[in-house]
Amino acid sequence: MDTQHNIEERLWNFIDGSATTDEKTVIEQLLETDAAWKAKYSELLQVNDLLKSSELEAPSMRFSKNVMEEISKLHIAPATKTYINNKIIWGIGFFFIALLVGFLIYGFGQMEWTSGSESSISKNISKIDLSKFFNNSFVNVFMMINVILGLFLLDNYLNSKRKAFRKEA
Amino acid sequence: MSTGLNDNEIISEVLNGNQQAYAALVNRYQNYVFTLCLRIVKGREDAEEVAQDVFIKAYKYLADFRGAAKFTTWLYTIVNNTCISFLRKKKLDIHSLDNEKVFEVADSQDSGMRANLVEQKSRVSMVNEAIGLLSPADAEIITLFYKAEQSLEETAQVLGIEVNAAKVRLHRARTRLKEKMETYFIEEVRNLN
Repeated sequence: MDTQHNIEERLWNFIDGSATTDEKTVIEQLLETDAAWKAKYSELLQVNDLLKSSELEAPSMRFSKNVMEEISKLHIAPATKTYINNKIIWGIGFFFIALLVGFLIYGFGQMEWTSGSESSISKNISKIDLSKFFNNSFVNVFMMINVILGLFLLDNYLNSKRKAFRKEA
Repeated sequence: MSTGLNDNEIISEVLNGNQQAYAALVNRYQNYVFTLCLRIVKGREDAEEVAQDVFIKAYKYLADFRGAAKFTTWLYTIVNNTCISFLRKKKLDIHSLDNEKVFEVADSQDSGMRANLVEQKSRVSMVNEAIGLLSPADAEIITLFYKAEQSLEETAQVLGIEVNAAKVRLHRARTRLKEKMETYFIEEVRNLN
């Protein structure tokens, strides 16, 4: 059984034209046969017409002049895409992809593929030995600092590029 | 004068250095932008200030308009963001313009309107006043859909929500508008039937 809310929702979709073809056919049939649907439809249609008849408000007469006076002091900013260097974005992307691929290759290289049991993969994952590369917490800290410094440098580089571009513009 | 040109042609002219061509865009959309601002910020002076800010921002970042969507969709996104910033500055607890507190604020701001309810109003002014009684979020979606020539998809894009969410929000807004009209404009509604 359709609730009142459900009927309204379906009818609004029908009025807005966002109902599917099947739904449209069903609603058209309901409107022909069901008095309650028909009454609700004419009620909603009236609201729809009222909303369409609402008027736009106008700002003061000087509005356009004020805007033009304000923009006469401004310059159009360069498009964002022109000062973002795509090569750097791609470079960062490739770096992280290479890092992931490197770990995967190393990880798969550590696995014993000849083992017959089904659970061998999960067992072997735990056997992956990364300690050869990251066996010392000082090394980890050092790498982390390097990464952070690298990001700072990158940020500085991008900022200087943007400033230079704005000066040119 | 560039009034015969379409939006994208005017934008190209402005980007090529003809600053005065921008006046055509301002004249074309000032009523749309102002109405939308008025429905959200609820006050003519504030709405005019925000609308002016919208056109200035749109000019400043015109180079970012890529023409993938309609210019109006891009412009109304600026309206939406500028109005949200304005309301935040006014310290209204907004939560993306859509909570009961704002709804109540909008209600109380228009309490003077209720005194005039006995007056017979034209259909148009009744609808405009009823929309003015809605929360900013409800008034915004109704204005975007019915007056700003935006499809449901474009309305969703302006508001930064999914199409289905926009559909639900629009449905809810229309239901509330109907309730407002039945509550505050009972005489006028009766006369319509």
